[in-house]
Amino acid sequence: MLSVTNIALIPLIPLASFLLLGLFGRKYLRENSGWIGTVALLASTVLAFMTAYNYFFVSGQVNGVYQKLIPLKITWLQFSPGLSIDMGILLDPISVMMLVVVTFVSLMVHIYSLGYMKGEERFATYYSFLSLFTFSMLGLVLSCNIFQIYIFWELVGVSSFLLIGFYYDKPSAVAAAKKAFVVTRFADLGFLIGILIISFYAQTLDFGTLIERLTTPTPQLHSIIATSFLGASALTWGLLLIFAGGAGKSAMFPLHIWLPDAMEGPTPVSALIHAATMVVAGVYLVARLFPIFAMSCPGALEVVGYVGAFSALLAATIACTQTDIKRVLAYSTMSQIGYMMFALGVSGYGGENGLGFMASMFHLFTHAMFKALLFLCAGAVIHYVHSNEMGDMGGLRKKMPVTHLTFLVACLAISGIPIFAGFFSKEEILTAAYEHNKLIYGVALFTSGLTAFYMFRLYFSIFWKKEFNTEHSDEHHSEGTWSMLTPLILLGIASLVVGFIPFGNFVTSDGEKISTAVNVVFSVTPVLFAVAGILLAMSFYQTENNMAEKVSVAFGEFYRAAYRKFYIDEIYLFVTKKIIFNLIGFPSAWFDKNVVDGSVNLSASLTEDTSELSRNWQSGRLQSYMLWFLLGLMILAAVFVFF
Amino acid sequence: MELKDLIFYLLGAWILVTALLSITSKQIFRSAVYLLFCMMGVAGLYFWMNYEFIAAVQIVVYVGGIVVLIIFSIFLTQQVGHNLPSPKPTQRIFAGLAAMFAFLFFWAVIRQYDFAEIETGSEELSVRRIGEEMLKYQDGGFALPFEVVSILLLAAMIGCIVIAMKAKPEKTESWL
Amino acid sequence: MEIGLTQILFVSCALFFIGVYGFLTRRNLITMLMAIELMLNAVNINFIAFNKYVWAGRLDGVFFTIFVIAIAAAEAAVAIAIIINIYRNYNSIDVEDADVMKF
Repeated sequence: MLSVTNIALIPLIPLASFLLLGLFGRKYLRENSGWIGTVALLASTVLAFMTAYNYFFVSGQVNGVYQKLIPLKITWLQFSPGLSIDMGILLDPISVMMLVVVTFVSLMVHIYSLGYMKGEERFATYYSFLSLFTFSMLGLVLSCNIFQIYIFWELVGVSSFLLIGFYYDKPSAVAAAKKAFVVTRFADLGFLIGILIISFYAQTLDFGTLIERLTTPTPQLHSIIATSFLGASALTWGLLLIFAGGAGKSAMFPLHIWLPDAMEGPTPVSALIHAATMVVAGVYLVARLFPIFAMSCPGALEVVGYVGAFSALLAATIACTQTDIKRVLAYSTMSQIGYMMFALGVSGYGGENGLGFMASMFHLFTHAMFKALLFLCAGAVIHYVHSNEMGDMGGLRKKMPVTHLTFLVACLAISGIPIFAGFFSKEEILTAAYEHNKLIYGVALFTSGLTAFYMFRLYFSIFWKKEFNTEHSDEHHSEGTWSMLTPLILLGIASLVVGFIPFGNFVTSDGEKISTAVNVVFSVTPVLFAVAGILLAMSFYQTENNMAEKVSVAFGEFYRAAYRKFYIDEIYLFVTKKIIFNLIGFPSAWFDKNVVDGSVNLSASLTEDTSELSRNWQSGRLQSYMLWFLLGLMILAAVFVFF
Repeated sequence: MELKDLIFYLLGAWILVTALLSITSKQIFRSAVYLLFCMMGVAGLYFWMNYEFIAAVQIVVYVGGIVVLIIFSIFLTQQVGHNLPSPKPTQRIFAGLAAMFAFLFFWAVIRQYDFAEIETGSEELSVRRIGEEMLKYQDGGFALPFEVVSILLLAAMIGCIVIAMKAKPEKTESWL
Repeated sequence: MEIGLTQILFVSCALFFIGVYGFLTRRNLITMLMAIELMLNAVNINFIAFNKYVWAGRLDGVFFTIFVIAIAAAEAAVAIAIIINIYRNYNSIDVEDADVMKF
C-alpha cells in the first residue's frame, strides 16, 4: 500500500487536474471543471489518508521510532559528485501530517467553492489555480532536497499571486497580489542566500545529509561555525536568512504586511492558502531544519522564538480594532502562526525536550481545521450579507443556524476552551514556553486572552449585536447550498475531535514517543484568561451599547495606532519611495538613460558626424577624383620604387 | 652641336610649348589648333627617330581624324566664340603642385638608369615587315591584338551611335 | 651631349604631366579630352623611344603604338558621343555642372 506510485500520485493528480482545467477548462469543460477538480482532489485525499495510515500505524516505525523514509529520489541537476539537486519524496512524521492537512482542507475548499463560486465566469480558471496551488504545496511538503523546497516555495508564491489577484479588474486586488508577491519574493532572497551559505559549507543540498553534517561534529560543522561575519558565525547567518524566507511566507513581523491585503482574493482562497496551508510553510521550513536550529545554533532559535512571540502579540492587538471580518481573521492567523513559531523557538531537541516542537506541529494541525472553518463561515456570511464590514451585520444567528453553530465551535476552539481542539494544542505550547522562557510564556498568556476577546467580539458582532437589516440582501434568503454547508459541518466536527489525538505518539522532533498528559492545574490560568476575554467581549458586543467606544477613547492614541496597524505600511512606503527610489532608483535611471543609452547614441552620432565630414569627398566632380587618383598612383609608385 | 641634336631640341620645345598653349588657351578653337600643332610636332619627332610609318599613322589618324573630330564636336556643342571660364586659383595650385611633384619624382627615377641596349636590330623598319608581323599568327605575331582591336572598333562605333542617337519623337495621331 | 633615350623620355614625361595638369585644370569637357590626347601621345613617344634605343630588333613598341593610336581614336569618338549627350541633357559642357553622381 505504501508504494512509491501511490505516494507520487498524491501531488501529481492535482498537477494533471491543473493542466487539464487550465488548457481545456475555459472553453470545453466549463461548469464541469468544479467536479473534475473536486474528484481529482478526493482521489489525492484518499491516497494521502492511506499513506498516513500506513506510515503511522503500519510500517513507519522501527523500534518505536518514526523513520525518515525516502521512497523516491531522482537526481536532476548534478553540480559535483556530492552536490546535486534531486527531486524526491521524503516521508517523515511532519510531512505525512502535512499531507493529511493539505489534502483535507483543500478538498473542503474545493467542495465549498462549488457553491460559493457558482456563476463566476472564470470558474474553470479558478479551479485550475486551486489545483496548481495544491500540487505546489504537496510538492513543498514532500521535498527531500532544500532546493526542491525552494522551487515549490516559489510555485506556491505564484499560485498565491494568481489567486489573490483573481478578480483582476479590481485595482485593489491587483495591488494586493503584487504586494504579496513582492514581499515574499524579497524574503525569498534571504532564503536563497541562506540556502547557498548552508549548502556551501555542508557541501550538500539533501536534507538528510545536511542535517547529519551540521548536527554531528563533522569537518563541515566546524568550518561553518568557525567562519564568522560581523560577529555571528556563518551558520547563524545562514539559518537566520532561511528563517527570514520563512518569516516572509508566514507573515511574521516585519514581513507581515501582505497578509491582510491578501484578503482581496475570494474567501475560499483565503481559507486554503492564507489560513491553513501556505502561511504555515515558514513554520514547516523551520521544523524541517529543526535539528540544526536546536543542536548547533540555539541563538538563531531564540530569534525565532522572539519574532514569533512579538508577531503574535502585535497581530492580536491590531485584530482587536479592525472592522472588516476577513481582516480580523487575517490578523488572527498571523497571531496563531506566531504561536507556532515561538513554540518551535522554545523547544529543544530529542525526547521530552522536544515538547515545543510537538506542540507547534499539533497547533498547526488543529489551527488548520478551525481557521479554515472560520474563513469558510465568514465566506458564507459575506455571501449572505454582501459586505465584509461588521457594521452591516448582526443578529444573523436566526438566519444562518448552521453557520452560527460551526462558527461558535471554531471560536471556542481558537480561544482554547477545554474539549475543543485548540485547548489541547495551546496547552502544550504554553507548557513548553513555561519550561523554557518565562517572558514568552507571559506574552503568550496575555495574547491568548486577547485572542478570546477579539474572536468573540467578532462572533457577537456578527450573530448577536443587533437585529439584521434585511434591506441589502433581498435575493439570498437561504444560508447556502449543501456544497457550502457540508465542509462547514465536516470541519466543525474536526475542530471538536482532533484535540483528542495523542499527537505526542506520532509527531515529535526525533521520532520517539513523548507522553502528553493534560496538567489540570497548569491549564487553569490560560482558561481563566480566555473566559475573561469572552465575558468582556460579551459585555461589549452582545447587545448594542457604547462601552466599546468609551474604552477605545480611553486608550486614545494607542487605539488609533492599533487601528492604523501601527503605521507599518506607511513606514514601508516611506522607505521605498523616499529612500530607495530617490537614492537608488533615480540615479540608476539617470545612469541608464544618460550613460548607457548615451554611449550608444554617441557612437551613432559619431558615425553620423564622420560621414557628414567625409561625404563631401564624393563631390561628383571628375577633376577632384582625378587628383586623388593621381595621388594614390604616386604613393603606389613610391612604394614600388623604394620598397 | 650637331644638326641632329639641334633639330631634336627644336622639336621638343615645339611639342612642349604648343602643348602648354593648348591647355591654357582661353578660346576653345585655338586650343584645338594648338593641339593639332602639337600632334604635328610629335609626328616630326617620329620622323626624326626614323620611324616613318608611325609618323604617317600619327598624322593620318591623330591629326586628320581625332583633332578633326574634336573640332566637329566643338561646333556641335556651340562652344566657338565665347571664352572658356578660367579655373579656380586653388584648383590650379593643387593641380600644378601635384603635376610638378609627380614629374620630378618620375624624372628622378628615370635619371638613375642608363638604359643599355638589349637587342640590336639590323633591319630597317619597313612597311612590309610591319604588315607581316601584324598578321603573323605564329610565335611573336600580333594577329590576336589585331583582331581584338578590330572588335573594339566595332563596339566603339556601335556604342557611339547608340549613345548619340536622338530619341525618336512619339507619333501622335497620324494622318487625319 | 649625345641625344639618347633619357632626353626623349624627358620630353615624353613632361608632355604627360602637362596633359595631367590640363586634365585637372580645364573646365570644359572637350578641352579635357584634348588633355587626354596629350597624355596618350606622351605614352606613344615612350613606347617608340624604348623600341628604338633598347629593343631595336623587335617590333613590340611599334605595334603597341599603332594599337594605342587606334584605341585613342575609338575612345575619342565615344567620348564625343557622351559629350554630345551631356550637352543635350544639361545644355552645358562644363564639368562642374555634371556632378549628379555625388552624395
